[in-house]
Amino acid sequence: MATKGKAPAKAPFERHGLTDEQLVEILRIMLMHRTLEARGFQLNRQGKIPFASAGEGHEGVQAGAALAFKRGSDVLVPYYRDLGLDLGIGLTPYEVLLSLFARKADHSGGRQFPHHYASKRLGLHSISSVLAAQVPHAVGAAYAMKYRNESGRAVLVTFGEGSTSEGEWHEGMNFAAVHKLPIVFLCENNEWAISTPADKQMANPNVADRAVGYGMPGVVVNGFDPIAVYAAVKEAMERARSGGGPTLVEAKCYRFLAHTTDDDDRTYRSREEVERRRQDDPVPNFERLLVEQGVLSPEGLESLKRSVLAEANDATDRAEAMPYPAPEDLYTHVYADSYQPWR
Amino acid sequence: MAVSTTGSKILNNVEAVRETLYEAMKNDDRTVILGEDVGARGNVFLITKDFINEFGAQRVIDTPIAEASIVGIAVGMAMEGLRPIAEIQFADFIYPAFNQIVGEAAKTRYRSNGEYTCPLVIRTPYGGGVRGALSHSVSIEALFYHVPGLKIVAPAFPADIKGLLNAAIDDPDPVLFLEHKKTYRLIKGEVPEGHYTIPLGKADVKKAGTQLTVVSYGLYVHWALDAAKQLEAEGLSVEVIDLRSIRPMDRTTILQSVEKTRKLLIIHEDNKFGGIGAEISAMVAEEALFSLDAPIRRLCAPDVPAMGYAEPLEHEYMSSPAKMAEAMREMVKF
Ligand SMILES: Cc1ncc(C[n+]2csc(CCOP(=O)(O)OP(=O)(O)O)c2C)c(N)n1
Repeated sequence: MATKGKAPAKAPFERHGLTDEQLVEILRIMLMHRTLEARGFQLNRQGKIPFASAGEGHEGVQAGAALAFKRGSDVLVPYYRDLGLDLGIGLTPYEVLLSLFARKADHSGGRQFPHHYASKRLGLHSISSVLAAQVPHAVGAAYAMKYRNESGRAVLVTFGEGSTSEGEWHEGMNFAAVHKLPIVFLCENNEWAISTPADKQMANPNVADRAVGYGMPGVVVNGFDPIAVYAAVKEAMERARSGGGPTLVEAKCYRFLAHTTDDDDRTYRSREEVERRRQDDPVPNFERLLVEQGVLSPEGLESLKRSVLAEANDATDRAEAMPYPAPEDLYTHVYADSYQPWR
Repeated sequence: MAVSTTGSKILNNVEAVRETLYEAMKNDDRTVILGEDVGARGNVFLITKDFINEFGAQRVIDTPIAEASIVGIAVGMAMEGLRPIAEIQFADFIYPAFNQIVGEAAKTRYRSNGEYTCPLVIRTPYGGGVRGALSHSVSIEALFYHVPGLKIVAPAFPADIKGLLNAAIDDPDPVLFLEHKKTYRLIKGEVPEGHYTIPLGKADVKKAGTQLTVVSYGLYVHWALDAAKQLEAEGLSVEVIDLRSIRPMDRTTILQSVEKTRKLLIIHEDNKFGGIGAEISAMVAEEALFSLDAPIRRLCAPDVPAMGYAEPLEHEYMSSPAKMAEAMREMVKF
């Protein structure tokens, strides 16, 4: 595919050292993220899967942050809305579809809700759906890295702004700062926690303002701008990897869709608000930027979109054809030794 | 018991825990201990005294006072290749960590289809009879034993403590290790030297008998043995089983004993409703009802929120060898 456009650059833009290929890769992840989540909603409406969630509005945060992640060495402890981040560190669309369809070959063996992956190969931690419970795990993983003197490695942990009200979030932040651990806390502030707006979670306008209370740096970044997110997360990850301790990065974004397929957001927020925020949609904006800047030609963009869709379709067909877990699979992996269920 | 020993020595329960932890720290540098006051002070019962000098503050971690993350951070360490031993200073303070134990540690292997595991030991002193009042006396086992994915151990003798703590540390899954604090200095016994393990999930017949099976664990095993000895002098024969592991539970040893004695008395310090005895009696009723010559009986704490600080309140809550002997007599003579 063509990554070089012919049109001359309109205005200089800050690319933070990213090559054209990297910029296009960010866009590819954003497009795949959006396509696969739309696929989840479609499959749900078709009655093929019981449930899907969506991160529309988070694409910029996640694709940008993913590029700051060092594959094969860093560890990602995500939350359930991080499909784009997971894709960005190497998860395949096929693995995503296995998760949506709850197939046996899914990372959790079809046990978990969609997008609860677990892959040591990718450095992708297993999570539950329990908000902020992953934060202490991430801190423990960072402690293990520091304890083994594995400099050059760091943990990236993510959560929504609502999750920062949890005690376990606070405890994790505090411990990480006390021990100057190699970890970056990335808050994806989409302004809503299901139906609860951010100003009912906290009196502070910025999650990042809390960082000072723990003794670590806190930065706010525009989550609709993947390059800005990349730069902020990269700086924080590099600080972490080189012994500089933790950072709290808050990426401001917005949740364009309902919380999940089971939610109706018309009951708590106006269509006008959602429409207004849609104008900042990071996906078309980033497409436009790359074309305007001559990073990608219009034809290159079209061909990128076609290849994303083709890959998503292929993944859907292949995953759908895979078997469900068998009833006996309910009984495996309870303990290491073969488990004799209490009768 | 898998033994490779050169001899034995007399230790109390605190010393047995301490010695086992010390060996674990010496033998495997993936092992770290974390908890409140475990470092500079060496734990409130001095179990880890001086560990910090020998193993360093990186391995003997004085944590902030934050139980959810003491366990949660240990879960993350375990997922990332360390072998953490987390301490909750008193079992009464484990509730903030409930989510991490039940929702996270116990489900890590299951929810990731075996990709990630959680080899973690959570140690905590529990139990009463020490004038510990509402918040330094509780038994917590019933709140956790419902949970598949978790293992729970509550040994009563120093040799069992060492073997089971070694097994817990070696175990690839999370183990809640309960230490009855009244037995800490009260109970002494011979402990084999060298490394050995006792399999998790195996009960032990501490005294053989023919007319009644008593199942207990923790401090009450010792009191039940005292009571059984009294009855022995009266010509009555009671078998006393120390459960040792609460989950997995050793149904075989219990059922074999009940088939022999045809009567079952379960004694525990925790209250009756929904307690460990409820599961044991339901299991025996399902598996061996027609072997029984008497209704199953449970001798447990009264159904009140906690034992009181005032001596009469604690006394009323706790059982005693005399009360146990009385219940045993009634059962044998039934
Ligand atoms: C401990 C816990 N409490 C409640 C829930 C139910 N719940 C699921 S998502 C959610 C909102 C989360 O908001 P936020 O952390 O801001 O993340 P977002 O979903 O907006 O990305 C709630 C309350 C949960 N999963 N876990």
